[in-house]
Amino acid sequence: MKVLLIDDSATMRNIQKSILSQIGVGEIEEACDGQDALSKVGAFQPDLILVDWNMPNMDGITFVKTFRKADKATPMIMVTTESERARVVEAIKAGVNNYVVKPFTPDVLSQRINEVFAKTGVPS
Amino acid sequence: MDASSIKPFIQSIQNVFSTMMQLQLEVGDPIVKQDDEPSFDVSGIIGMSGDVVGSVVLSFPQETAERVVALFTGMPQEEIGEALPDAVGELVNMISGGAKGHYQDRKVSISCPSVVIGANHKVARPRDVPCIMIPCDTDCGSLALEVALRDCKSNETKGQGAVAAA
Repeated sequence: MKVLLIDDSATMRNIQKSILSQIGVGEIEEACDGQDALSKVGAFQPDLILVDWNMPNMDGITFVKTFRKADKATPMIMVTTESERARVVEAIKAGVNNYVVKPFTPDVLSQRINEVFAKTGVPS
Repeated sequence: MDASSIKPFIQSIQNVFSTMMQLQLEVGDPIVKQDDEPSFDVSGIIGMSGDVVGSVVLSFPQETAERVVALFTGMPQEEIGEALPDAVGELVNMISGGAKGHYQDRKVSISCPSVVIGANHKVARPRDVPCIMIPCDTDCGSLALEVALRDCKSNETKGQGAVAAA
């Protein structure tokens, strides 16, 4: 499985990478903001995208809206400190498939990923 | 700022430390911080804007910061080096974001974090916004959360009340 991690914090990317490795994700690409992600997503062709909300240059919600214009299928999970109901609704409307609020435990992130693949089908 | 506006920050810092680092955090009595008092050696700073404006500062002595970041990142303390500011920034980001979640009736945005490292630094704030310092103790050492916020919506409501009363 290929996962694109988008977060401006290298620390958070490392924490998520470690959790993804534990659940058997083989290939991980990293991006430090929405713009960086847009430049990498085409070549990487991820099976799943984990995206933060608050980032410099291009934030996560703008990335989701932009990416969804061209790709309606690739599952996306927003991983963010934004916990207000209005924000969750905004992200779902923009096209994310699930939502994880920071701080999170490895179990919560794994569970949200499993929930997404239960709906969309596990990539081969 | 009143006691109720500090509570979300206390709950949030305890949640972040226990969830991400399995670290118990004891909170002391909050005090009003004087303008000329320096922070500790390492400070992560988040700005808040919208209906609530001001800043949130998570400040540690260097040694405590390194121990906390070692737990947070899983890195050995002696290898932390350049990872320190990024990790401290992410911690204050999670604490502020968690507290912001309690303002369901307010529109509030948080900035990307900044981190200052150096002994005796001071974080400047508007003079009319009091800064409440929440002292905290952990097995990694002592640290402080400094919250200086103005609830603009609450002031607005009070103002409208005053006009109505007049």
